[in-house]
Amino acid sequence: MRKLLVLLLGLVLAGSALAKEATPAVPDPALEKRAVKLEEQLRCLVCQNQTIADSHAELAMDLKKEIREKLKAGMSEDQITQFLVARYGDFVLYNPPVKATTVPLWFGPFALLFIAVAGLFYYLLRRRHATAQQPLSEAEQARVQALLDAREERK
Amino acid sequence: MLRARFLIPAAIFILLVVVLGIGLTLDPREVPSPLINKPAPPFNLAQLDDPNKTISQKDMLGKVWMLNVWASWCVSCREEHPTVLALARSGVVPVIGLNYKDERADGLAWLARLGNPYQISAYDHDGRVGIDYGVYGVPETYIIDKAGVIRYKRIGAVTPEVVRDKILPLVKELNGNA
Repeated sequence: MRKLLVLLLGLVLAGSALAKEATPAVPDPALEKRAVKLEEQLRCLVCQNQTIADSHAELAMDLKKEIREKLKAGMSEDQITQFLVARYGDFVLYNPPVKATTVPLWFGPFALLFIAVAGLFYYLLRRRHATAQQPLSEAEQARVQALLDAREERK
Repeated sequence: MLRARFLIPAAIFILLVVVLGIGLTLDPREVPSPLINKPAPPFNLAQLDDPNKTISQKDMLGKVWMLNVWASWCVSCREEHPTVLALARSGVVPVIGLNYKDERADGLAWLARLGNPYQISAYDHDGRVGIDYGVYGVPETYIIDKAGVIRYKRIGAVTPEVVRDKILPLVKELNGNA
């Protein structure tokens, strides 16, 4: 009976050992979390508006595998990012570094905002001047008076 | 004065049309490769037609050569195939293939059916070398100089215009100067 139990236990363990081999993802949840976090910051070059984490493109799948293997091998997130940038360029980063070629990207919107706000201020100031400094002409004054009087009469 | 003011929206509109128009002519798939002017990443792969023989980028040192990434499942590869074939037949530049994420039998059948422009094709079944070369859309084409440095990369199909305007002058220059 005991022998049978040991045998059964052995079979169960063997089964789970085999099953473990079949799972493709990293079983280590901490590592998996780090991998996903990194993948969320990387662009999939095949479907350019998706992160690698989101994408099911072949290349993204390969890169997911690559990232997990590299994390497992003890590479840091920064090292892996550099590995990918060396191959695919800054374009893989959803958070591109500030440098000469990316200055318009980083500061262009602020420049536009500044121009728009400056334009608005200029316009408002000029309008205030224009309205304040233009007294009504005599004819206009008379017309205003007439309109006001007409209203009075209707009451 | 009033006229000029009404022209402002029109001017902004025209500016926008011009900017968007330029945007339309750009291909967002063409990402500048950081590999230009860098040494070609090393590889040592089995050859497509003979698993017992290998090919490495080192085998091509001393020659200006073209690396063409292709696969039997890739539609644009078929599109560029006659152009690559013609270029290879002209003998101007040796063409080495990188058979990317393909099955050996499929790749060989494809070459048998459409013609084989490649002196040798490296067999990159799992796409590892492809990752090293920053491949993300097959076909991709690299021109590598005698010192083993990548000098040009083309993403997408090679067209006769690309051969005429880019590849041929570059190969000539690289062969002449080095």
